[in-house]
Formats: sequence, structure tokens, C-alpha cells
Amino acid sequence: MDNDAALRELSDAVTAGVPGVVTASKIAVGQLTLSCEAADLTRVLTFLRDNATAPFQQFVDLAAVDWPSRVRRFDVVYNLLSLTRNLRARVKVETDESTPVPSVIDVYRAAGWYEREAWDLYGVLFSGHPDLRRILTDYGFEGHPLRKDFPLTGYVEVRYDAEQKRVVYEPVSLTQEFRTFDFLSPWEGAQYILPGDEKARAADAAKQNPAAAPAAPPKAN
Amino acid sequence: MGETQIANYTINFGPQHPAAHGVLRLVMELDGEVVARADPHIGLLHRGTEKLIEHKTYAQAIPYFDRLDYVSMMCQEHAFVLAAEKLLGLQVPLRGQYIRVLFSEITRILNHLLNVTTQGMDVGAITPTLWGFEEREKLMEFYERVSGARMHANYFRVGGVHQDMPDGLAEDIMAFTATFPRALDDIEALLTENRIFKQRNVDIGIISAKDAIDWGFTGVMLRGSGVAWDLRKSQPYEVYDRMSFDIPVGKHGDCYDRYVCRIEEMRQSVGIIQQCLREMPAGPVIADDHKIVPPRRSEMKATMESLIHHFKLFTEGHRVPAGEVYAAVEAPKGEFGVFLVSDGENRPYRCKIRAPGFAHLQALEFMTRGHMLADAVAIIGTLDIVFGEIDR
Repeated sequence: MDNDAALRELSDAVTAGVPGVVTASKIAVGQLTLSCEAADLTRVLTFLRDNATAPFQQFVDLAAVDWPSRVRRFDVVYNLLSLTRNLRARVKVETDESTPVPSVIDVYRAAGWYEREAWDLYGVLFSGHPDLRRILTDYGFEGHPLRKDFPLTGYVEVRYDAEQKRVVYEPVSLTQEFRTFDFLSPWEGAQYILPGDEKARAADAAKQNPAAAPAAPPKAN
Repeated sequence: MGETQIANYTINFGPQHPAAHGVLRLVMELDGEVVARADPHIGLLHRGTEKLIEHKTYAQAIPYFDRLDYVSMMCQEHAFVLAAEKLLGLQVPLRGQYIRVLFSEITRILNHLLNVTTQGMDVGAITPTLWGFEEREKLMEFYERVSGARMHANYFRVGGVHQDMPDGLAEDIMAFTATFPRALDDIEALLTENRIFKQRNVDIGIISAKDAIDWGFTGVMLRGSGVAWDLRKSQPYEVYDRMSFDIPVGKHGDCYDRYVCRIEEMRQSVGIIQQCLREMPAGPVIADDHKIVPPRRSEMKATMESLIHHFKLFTEGHRVPAGEVYAAVEAPKGEFGVFLVSDGENRPYRCKIRAPGFAHLQALEFMTRGHMLADAVAIIGTLDIVFGEIDR
């Protein structure tokens, strides 16, 4: 049986095994992604671990993904592996900054550090986790650095102060302006205003409503 | 003499300790000399690799993978380029695949040599480290000849490898595979039957197959416990399905079995390297799609179209269709995976790196509890942890 057929069979087995819980099931590039609500997560993972068709013995990875434009901005993706059937599956739940996702430590104990990492880097809360401390960032770190609204440079930097004989934290000061290039082609739906566009817009506005001219000041780009 | 209450003793192991294999800070609670609790504090080498990759094009992201686990560089580049290729649906030419496998196996020897010999050093044997590093130096010379850098190669590209192997390299690698087993015999002569080495490793850090799977162990950590699971066999990528090699499996799941597995894996890798060199066909090493792969420099100088491609690919980079994919390789330490989310732009939207050492270190407390303090050192040695990949 080829991989996609096995995954489809598995997807059907999950839909039948925990009815009405899987909100979406997708097979793309030969990989299965099941979506469900956070409240049903433990049931889905327990079923995946214990079912007879394809028992997923191993917890491989947990990844959070930030989509700031969504109301429930975080995707939490659980990556599982079945050693006996040689299959992989992903389970995806959505959450926001304040809604906790149930911790799956009771189902897969390897999830402990991965949940700590998602909390540390994204601020995803996990309810029922016995030890939800920060894991990768510095002691006393504030914020969740992998969120899309966290700047790449961070907010503080450290250096050793020879006078105070200790490491001091200071706000980041860049000797050169942070350079980020936008390579989106203007012919492929760029969202920003190109220099000069505002004149055309002002001319349009003046044509339609002569009293309102002059229009807004041109935006420096 | 009346009863005295003895309180447990908390010590700070690392982050500057030669047996901590980098910057591991271990807060240990000791009951006499027995470990009652071990709490690893990691993140002292956290550099925000995943965040940086989100701000770089796909080509610029590859060098970050060399710097994760800095003793198995190319295997990690491999996982990333595989992920991007899956989303792009790009086929790598056969010679490119052979070169990738060849260098993955060179990397495996490079990594295992470091681990096996430093594990010896952790329990008191200095000489194997020196001999092992001599061999590693030769392997890093191959790295240098093919990519220009001894360690941080940046050699794999989306679509293949950067350039073909220079003349004479294949012969030299073949010559190395002839002499290397003897060097390995020498190292083994010092360790395998060594009484002290066995006393320090046999029956230490035993982990059952069930526990190893539960804790997310992969690679030698899993195979040492008797689970025959190797992605090169079970989910073969590139030309691994054409290679003939065996997967060594341990019986007891202790530190010694894992050591023996690593030694045997090196011997198997030598076989794979020889087979690659024998079977490697001629031909291109990188896909011929100039919307993704930059043109050769000579073409760039000669034709206008190549010049445009060159300019676009080195400024904007190539785009990857929207979607998400998980690609894993059998890195020397275990399953190294990349979960790549693309939103169709020229930079990865999210690149989650699944480092094998992260799962292994998580189980350190489980493995050391009840052992003596000195055994904790042997267990850290056998876990094969490198902080570049754990802290990312």
C-alpha cells in the first residue's frame, strides 16, 4: 500500500475512532495533517497512540507557528511517528495568547520540554504542565522572542562592565540602522505605496472633490 | 551515637565543566554520591536560529544549519534542503544524490569519532581522543576540498550540491577508507576491552526499548536499546535504498552498547562511502532549473539571461510554494528534522528544527536518577549532546 493510501486509511480511522472531533484532514506532499480543537487534543492523541491500525508510539516534535493576523494566532503542531507502520502524522490545534492548550505529558511524556519551549518562545500556555518554566531564553528574560511582532534585534543586549565587574543589560543600540529588504515585486501585489503613488492618488482626490485638496502629505518611503 | 539527619546536597554541575560537553548547567541534588534529581538548564547557547532563518532567504538559511550541531554539519543542511525540495517538488540529479550520501556518511564518521573518543576521555582515557582527532582532521580536509571550509561547509543547496567534487578527491577518499578501519582498530584496542572503560560503561544508563521510544529517542540512543529503527532504511532518502549496509543494534541499552553501536556504524559508513565512490555516475550535481538554482559563474559572465537569474537569485532568492512539510534525516545523533512552513514568499515563514539531542537531554534526569555522580558523566557522554543543536 502506498503512503497516501495508508494515510487516508489512518485519517478515516481517526475520524471514526473519535467521531466529530477532527475538523480538517489534509494530505499534502505525502504528509497527513489532522486539525482539531484544543479541548479534544488529548482524546485525539490518545487515540493515535493506542489505536490498532497505526499506533503512533513516538512523539517527535512540537512546533508553534505564529499567524498574527488571525484571531487565534497560534498553530500548535504535534508531530508523531509510528514505528510499526512507518508513518508520520501531524495534529494541529489553534489557540491565542490567553487560552491554554491541554498539556499532553500524560499521553506522551517526551512532550514536556517541547511544551516548555513553545511557552518560552511563543507564549503558548499549556494547562496541566507540571513545570512550565522558560527553557531556552536567558534567566529573567521578558517576552516571547519567536512571535512575529518581536523584533529580530530584541530589546536588550548584554555586555561585561569592567567598572561594575559584572554583566550589565542595556537597551539595544544599533550602530547602523536595521536593514530589512522587501523583495516583493510591485507587479505581484505589493501592499505598500511606491514613491510617487501618493501624487496620483492626490490628483484623483482633487478631481473628485476639488474642495478637499491638497491631499495628505506624501509619505516618506 | 544518636541518629543524625543528613540533608541532600545540591551542586551546580557546569556550565563550565569539561565533562558537560559544552554549556550544560546541571543542578543536581545528591544524596551522598547518588543522584536524587538532575535538572538540566539549557539555553546558554541560544542564538535564535529559527528566528534568524525567518528573516533570510532559503540560500542564506543553509549556513545556520552548519552551526547547529557543529560536528555533523552537512547532515543538517541535508534536512533543510530536503524540506525545501519537497515543497518545490524538485528532483536532484543522481550524482548530486550520491555526493550528498557520500558526505553524510563522512559526517557520520566525523561525529562518531568525536563522541566515542570524548566518551573515553570522560571516563579517563586521553589517547583515543588524540588519535580520533587525527582522523577527523583528514575528514575535515575532504570537507575543505569540496566546499572550501573545514567545518561550516555550506555545501548542500536546494536542488543538489554547490559544485562537483574536485579532481582527485574521490581517489583520496577511497585511500582514506582503506586506512581508516585500521585506525579504528587502534582506537578500539584502547577502549573496547579496556577494563576501566567497561567498568565505567557496562550496565550504566540502561534504558529499555519502551522507555527509549517514550522519551522520543532516535538514532543510536534508540538502537542501543534494541530497536532496529534507522531512517536510512525505513524511510530512505536520496540513494540510501541502493546502498547495502547493516544497522547495528544493541542488546542491553547501556552506555557500552551504544559505544559499540557507534563503532560499528563507522565501519558501515566506510562501506557506504566506498559503494558511493564506486557507483557514482557522471553528470550534473545540481538541478537544472534556473528559477531556483543560480547559474554557474561562467554562464553568468556570458549570457544576459543567466546574469538576470544570478541577480534575482542572490538578491530576492527563490520562492517556495505555500505549504508545510516535515523532512527528517538520520543525522549521526538521531532524527534531525525540519518542519518548514512557507507562505509562498522568498523566506521561510517558520522553520522548526527538531534536534535529536533535545529529546535525549530531556531524559537525562530519568537516566541518571539513582546513579552515582561519576556515572552521570558517563551518561552525558553517551547521550552525544552538542549544545549548538539543543539550544538552537
